[in-house]
Amino acid sequence: MAEIKKQATREAYGQALAEIGAQYDNLIVLDADLSCATKTGTFKKAYPDRFFNCGIAEQNLIGVATGLTITGKLVFCSSFAMFAAGRAYEQVRNAVGYPHNNVKIAATHAGLSVGEDGATHQCNEDIALMRTIPGMTILCPADGNEAKACVRAAAAYNGPVYLRFGRMAVPMLFDDDYAIEIGKGVPMREGTDVTIIATGIMVGMALEAAESLAAEGVSARVINIHTIKPLDKELVLKAARETGAIVTAEEHSIIGGLGGAVAETVAEGCPVPVLRVGVEDKFGTSAPAAQVLQAYGLTPENIAAKAKAAIALKK
Amino acid sequence: MKPEEKRALQIKACQIRMGIIEGVHAAKSGHPGGSLSIADVLAYLYFKELNIDPADPHKKNRDLMILSKGHTAPGLYSALANRGYFPVEHLKTLRKLDSDLQGHPDMKHTPGVDMSSGSLGQGISVATGAALSAKIDGDAFRVYAILGDGELEEGQVWEAAMFAGHKQLDTLCAIVDFNNLQIDGCLDEVNSPYPIAEKFKAFRWHVIEVDGHDFDQLDAAFAEARATKGKPTVIVMKTVKGKGVSFMENQVGWHGSAPNDEQYEIAMQELNAALAQLQA
Repeated sequence: MAEIKKQATREAYGQALAEIGAQYDNLIVLDADLSCATKTGTFKKAYPDRFFNCGIAEQNLIGVATGLTITGKLVFCSSFAMFAAGRAYEQVRNAVGYPHNNVKIAATHAGLSVGEDGATHQCNEDIALMRTIPGMTILCPADGNEAKACVRAAAAYNGPVYLRFGRMAVPMLFDDDYAIEIGKGVPMREGTDVTIIATGIMVGMALEAAESLAAEGVSARVINIHTIKPLDKELVLKAARETGAIVTAEEHSIIGGLGGAVAETVAEGCPVPVLRVGVEDKFGTSAPAAQVLQAYGLTPENIAAKAKAAIALKK
Repeated sequence: MKPEEKRALQIKACQIRMGIIEGVHAAKSGHPGGSLSIADVLAYLYFKELNIDPADPHKKNRDLMILSKGHTAPGLYSALANRGYFPVEHLKTLRKLDSDLQGHPDMKHTPGVDMSSGSLGQGISVATGAALSAKIDGDAFRVYAILGDGELEEGQVWEAAMFAGHKQLDTLCAIVDFNNLQIDGCLDEVNSPYPIAEKFKAFRWHVIEVDGHDFDQLDAAFAEARATKGKPTVIVMKTVKGKGVSFMENQVGWHGSAPNDEQYEIAMQELNAALAQLQA
């Protein structure tokens, strides 16, 4: 069997920055002493004059990014999700969100797959935090090529964007020339009994779950949501109408993330059962990433079980 | 500074103060104390120092002025109105529904406002980023940020100060409105940011200390800031909170409350008298 190529979305992020450096001569990249981990170091190597390290000061990182954008620069600024979205939340809300400034907040090490560093660094709340900011776009890619597509789309878009990348290498799902349209979900597999709506590293697992469900005679549709905000409501409601049951899957709290967004949309537009796979209302823990994901139920098996439970709830 | 130039600036400062009182009185809320304390430096900035054009508020390579202490928006709005960005009469719409004159500055809707602000500590960070931008491109524009002295208690101020000092951002000029009062009382009763000058020096800034109501000293300080290379400059400006309205001076209670009709009449009488004296 051919080995499946894997890449962490943060790795692809760094490569994408270096790739678009020539296209955008006003591109500036900022980091907060994590450039080796966030992979902005890849851009730094290619364009040392356009990279600035703000040190361990994430509030100022967001402020400096904003100051650069109000004078015409295109800025990507990075730290871990916990600090970019968490520690600097209020800076993102007031300096970036409220004036709708053109800052790209590219956060890495989101979710449980941080692994060994444990709960303090496993940010399962960033999507919820960013979703509440009016006008914020949230992108959460499923593999390396989608991560690159997200970076290109964010650079071309004029306005604030939060990009969510992971630490762990995940299987490649898309081709090199793959592109995204912000706000448009991606149907990954047709199905009629239930729809699995997934984002980020859970998209690959959703496809695995659909495969195993098919073996049991259950037809599961799979949709990849790379843009959590603005959500592709049309595609979500179409899935609700056509399959009558939905499961969401995300490496994030089940409160306020993709599951929340989908449940709100479905409840208002076409009420059908919505079950959520994600981090239940608790903090993470230290262990290798795969073990943490397993322990918290972020697995193809759990997605498949929830899919059958959702079907059982259909009226 | 020539006497006639100084008098012209003093007149502008007095008119800015009148606009502050008009706006806050009409809104029945707002922050007059810290607006009045920076009226003189606002007059100096908007009528002498800044390279700006009210006819083209977004002019490329203009100087930027960020009011980091955004709650003193009535002062900024009055300076902008008097400078010609919008009619002075418009100041009476402050804080009213559908007015662009929000309780705190809004860069998207108010001509002449370079950055939305109000959450303390953020404006200085943004100013630092703008100064970095100028340095990257070798642009000649300068960046100014006015901070409150109480605002210095925010940690983000020192994150920004560290970065600006380290990056030697010499087009950046911070101005600290040192009036020694914050909402809950005197600074050193609440949580002392003192010593202010020594702190900035330790962060590798050039520090200038002046009387913020003396135009000769302000004139010399801004010239010195422009001439300072390799370091950002901070002008620590000793001021009187509520300056120019007798019953508001040095009274912490006037940080965030509006004059009633009677107090408004007294304040305007005082300012009109001061203006008449300057114009005589």
